Amino acid sequence: MSEHILSIIWLTPLVGMIAVMCLPKESKDLIRYVANGFAVLGLLVTIPMIRAFDSSNGDFQLVERHDWIPALGAQYYLGVDGFGYLMILLTVVVGWLSILCSWSSIQERVKEYYAFFLFLQAGMLGVFMVLDVFLFYVFWEIMLVPMYFIIGIWGGGRRLYAAIKFFLYTLAGSVLMLLGILKLYFDHFEQFGHYSFALEDLLRVAAYTGPDTQFWLFWAFFIAFAVKVPMFPFHTWLPDAHTEAPTAGSVILAGILLKMGLYGLVRFAMPLFPKGATDELTVQLVALLSIVGIIYGALVSLMQSDWKRLVAYSSVSHLGFCTLGLIALNPNGIAGGMLQGVNHGLSTPLLFLAVGIVYDQRHTREIADYGGLANRMPVYTVLFAISLFASMGMPGLNGFIGEFTILRGAYEVSIWWAGFAVLGIVLGAAYLLWLFQRVMLGPITNPKNENVKDMNLREIIVMAPLVAGCFWIGLYPKPCFEILEAPTNKLVERLDPGYFSRNAAEPADESVQLSRLLPAETPASE
Amino acid sequence: MFFLESIWLIPMFPLFGAALMLLVGRRLDRQHPLGPPEDDSHSAHHEPSPGRRLIDIVCPGMVLLSFLFSVGAIWQLQSVPGHSYEVVKWTWLAGLDSGTEAGLRAFTADWGFLLDSLSSVMVLVVSGIGFLIHVYSTGYMAHDGGYYRFFGFMNLFLFFMLVLVLANNYALLFVGWEGVGFCSFGLIGFYFRKQSASNAANKAFIVNRVGDAGFVLGMLATFSILGTLKFSEVGAALAAGGFQLEEAAGPLTLIGVLFFIGAMGKSAQLPLHVWLPDAMEGPTPVSALIHAATMVTAGVYLVARSSAIYTLAPSAMLLVAVVGGVTAIFAASIGLVQYDIKKVLAYSTVSQLGYMFLACGVGAFWVGIFHLYTHAFFKALLFLGSGSVIHAVGGEQDMRKMGALKDKIPVTYKTMLVGALAIAGIPGLAGFFSKDEILWKTFSSHHTLLYGLGLVTAMLTAFYMFRLIYMTFYGDNRVDPATHVHESPRSMTVPLVVLAAGSILAGWIGTPPVFGPVHDALPSLEHWLAASVVVEEAAHHSALLEWGLMALSVALALAAIFLATRMFRTPRYEGEPMSGLLGASLHRLFLRKYWVDEIYGSAFVNFAAKGGGRRLVSFDVGVIDAGVNGAGSLTRMMSNLTKFLDKWVVDGIVNFVGYGVKFASYPVRMFQTGLVQNYALWLLIGLGMVAAYFFFTIT
Repeated sequence: MSEHILSIIWLTPLVGMIAVMCLPKESKDLIRYVANGFAVLGLLVTIPMIRAFDSSNGDFQLVERHDWIPALGAQYYLGVDGFGYLMILLTVVVGWLSILCSWSSIQERVKEYYAFFLFLQAGMLGVFMVLDVFLFYVFWEIMLVPMYFIIGIWGGGRRLYAAIKFFLYTLAGSVLMLLGILKLYFDHFEQFGHYSFALEDLLRVAAYTGPDTQFWLFWAFFIAFAVKVPMFPFHTWLPDAHTEAPTAGSVILAGILLKMGLYGLVRFAMPLFPKGATDELTVQLVALLSIVGIIYGALVSLMQSDWKRLVAYSSVSHLGFCTLGLIALNPNGIAGGMLQGVNHGLSTPLLFLAVGIVYDQRHTREIADYGGLANRMPVYTVLFAISLFASMGMPGLNGFIGEFTILRGAYEVSIWWAGFAVLGIVLGAAYLLWLFQRVMLGPITNPKNENVKDMNLREIIVMAPLVAGCFWIGLYPKPCFEILEAPTNKLVERLDPGYFSRNAAEPADESVQLSRLLPAETPASE
Repeated sequence: MFFLESIWLIPMFPLFGAALMLLVGRRLDRQHPLGPPEDDSHSAHHEPSPGRRLIDIVCPGMVLLSFLFSVGAIWQLQSVPGHSYEVVKWTWLAGLDSGTEAGLRAFTADWGFLLDSLSSVMVLVVSGIGFLIHVYSTGYMAHDGGYYRFFGFMNLFLFFMLVLVLANNYALLFVGWEGVGFCSFGLIGFYFRKQSASNAANKAFIVNRVGDAGFVLGMLATFSILGTLKFSEVGAALAAGGFQLEEAAGPLTLIGVLFFIGAMGKSAQLPLHVWLPDAMEGPTPVSALIHAATMVTAGVYLVARSSAIYTLAPSAMLLVAVVGGVTAIFAASIGLVQYDIKKVLAYSTVSQLGYMFLACGVGAFWVGIFHLYTHAFFKALLFLGSGSVIHAVGGEQDMRKMGALKDKIPVTYKTMLVGALAIAGIPGLAGFFSKDEILWKTFSSHHTLLYGLGLVTAMLTAFYMFRLIYMTFYGDNRVDPATHVHESPRSMTVPLVVLAAGSILAGWIGTPPVFGPVHDALPSLEHWLAASVVVEEAAHHSALLEWGLMALSVALALAAIFLATRMFRTPRYEGEPMSGLLGASLHRLFLRKYWVDEIYGSAFVNFAAKGGGRRLVSFDVGVIDAGVNGAGSLTRMMSNLTKFLDKWVVDGIVNFVGYGVKFASYPVRMFQTGLVQNYALWLLIGLGMVAAYFFFTIT
């Protein structure tokens, strides 16, 4: 069994989907129990992975490798390193909670809903563990299908527009990636004389291709991932999709799907094309887009009158931090960017769940329809406030750890990057607190809010693990950094060979430089 | 060394109290399960429930435990060489290796606690005064709803404040720094049904965030330049890096300026002072604890904590001194004309914080801390006193509706008078020693202009304080006749008396050297702090000059009190005496607070944030999304076009060919009748024609 740990993880929800499909569609509760059971099972089957995973090892672990289509060189090739490991854990938790939170809010076409959700879960898990580029592309694209239907069938008023926009936007980005994959594939054949889609084979191509080729190939991949992240100016599918999707759909979108963009960057785009990623133009342009995204997303959030849209735009701002960290190309930037991805995957689902709880009662997303909810919902107020403060980077909660580490990485490149990015922290407080004030505080002005009910036990159970995660990463992030350290250092070494040896050697040079710049005597203090 | 080993417990006690309130507070406090009642009156009298009694014991009790542990730890600290003791519990921030000026360094910070002479002063002030204010609150808040919420936030505040002062590195200090900001947010907005309260809470948090951005960048700069965030390693890093006094602006200046931006936010210095006066929306004990005695002094603590860096960065020091000096006089001028008793005290706090920064900026860090410590006593006293007054007159805060309260609330009156004398700088009281030391250090370090500002501020301070005393306690009774004026309960008056005693005595640990034998006989805060804060050897000046300047400032304060007496100790409060004194336009300028709020409101809130946001929303919808939708429409148009082409051109050609064949085949088809006779006939005709052809061609 142990050699199939990863297969079991991604196949469990798929088996769940089949099981759900075999049930009669009238027995809604049975479907719910089975789907939730498989979601919990999906959580449990990661335990062997957690036990077997060695975070000090920067290579791929728990590898499974079989020929799939030998003529093409495509393989069934799975494996995880720290990046994938964290994402898989996030996926099983957030996936489980999104299935749990749909219990009462989904009443129509229950069977299809859960089938799609479990299918989606399988696809997402696959993305985070495949090491064969061809198979990756299959998983990457196939996931669009269930998400398309989840938005298109169970969504809000403009669900069709949102679903189609989401689908086409992402597909358009992926097409470029497909071209890039093919180019890389044939380049590999030219160099090595055999066809392969295996990541480790394709990684060797970089040594033989020039900066120009790598630049274009990097951008072909990058745009696909940037759409998913989403980076400014490829972000406009996000507010529509987030807003129209049912609560669980928004949770999955914000929690997991956006992270696939980040994951794609560190797993494929950056290591496959190191010269493209470190190209001066690439770095400056991506950093610029990230910083613009941070400020732009925050300012646009500030002016939203729709609660879910506000949260959606805040994702643009937060993910700007992540991409800024990644493109800093140093250990803290990359590890911070990935960790912030996880953090965002905990705090933004919380915000969407919070909207969902009152939406289920009041069926409106307009901020102006609320006000004074704190008078009626004390438990909700506490949990919502924790989510907000986690999201705005309050130290002691998770957001701060990610942002601060990213800013450290950004500062290492340029003080200006960090200087502009911190504006996002200031504005983050502004739009989130203003939201809190308008929704929660004040007297109850709208009589329809008089009878809102506080959270029930199931809703508390859904939010509790995420809140616990926010505190855990905020107070003791060390395990996360330990997981991220090995793959991050490996990536940095690939992008910037000698980063560690060069910097380690610096003190000697530094003192020589300083002694030249400064008067000879050393200060008497200390 | 039990207490030193347990310094990490000092913040944990109030955290426990806060957690308890969060989990079971609502069940304990059944009086108002849904938060404060709509009418926020103090009139209803009833026995506290057993649940409330428990809250009354637990929450102040936790703070008392912190205080006792602090005292124990400081007692043991005296015997530790270097007066510094660190306890590291576990690694918190565990970032990866990072290239810095000092080479590759792991970007880490611990849950580590440091008790040294500087933090010992802070920890005593925070837990000691915090305890008194908790006790006071049990009386003051007795008739308010949300009792458990109040005490939960107060305890949580003390946890974060104690983390702030006990942290052994900048990052953990920032945890406390943001945490107190969060509690301040929660407590300013305690009466959350009031729009003005939640506005003030948001304003406080967001303005502070501007400062926090500076703080964060300051930490990043510190790590980049010195390779560490730990206080105990900063000195060594400065030495190892070979840093020298920066004649022009250099890396240390950058750190100094960035940290000071953080301090400006938290300590409400120009231009980030706007939140503190609004913060008076919170209950009065909150104003006393958070917005006078402890949290707002965190900026001063930060600057003093970084004294080794500032000392090498004179430009940053000058900035600190100038901002401090200007803020001091600026806020005092506004305080002159306010009518709200708490607003007077709020501007006074801003002004006194300016003094503390002035001291730090001229290199007298220990004096800044000294003033922080004396100020905590008399300003907490004045705030609590004002709370007692407000309590007595049924929630009224406008001094124009007070007057003649002297004999009705005698304890409050007497203790507040002590506070006013202390802040005015009357010799022997706490404020005299610290304020005069600031003025002297400013003068003796040749900052003559700043000294002038400080001297004028001292005068203004004495004046507005006595204006407050006279308007509140003397003259005619302008209180709403329906109000039953009563002295506060013992839970409130006892803390007032203790703080009054502190306001009298606290200054004697910082007597100036010119006091000779007295100075030598008393313990010296300067020597105690020298272990952790840079203390510069004072330049030699004649004792006569120092005495002379002391006499000058005392004389000016007395003159100001005399003027206030003439103007406000009148049988009737009529018209607007300040307008007569200042002139109408100056009065208006002060009364409207130099229009800073209005300017910020239109420039930053409405123009930059909301206007910018609105423009970007249009950009998002009108440009990017329009582009996307346009691309979509274009694709649809293209597909319509291809549909058209398909139908009429491609299909047209195909069909044309088809039709052509069909058409061409029509005559041929005519022959395909299927009748054998017809075929035979055609065969015959054909045969005839062939025969005819051969016949004619051959012949």
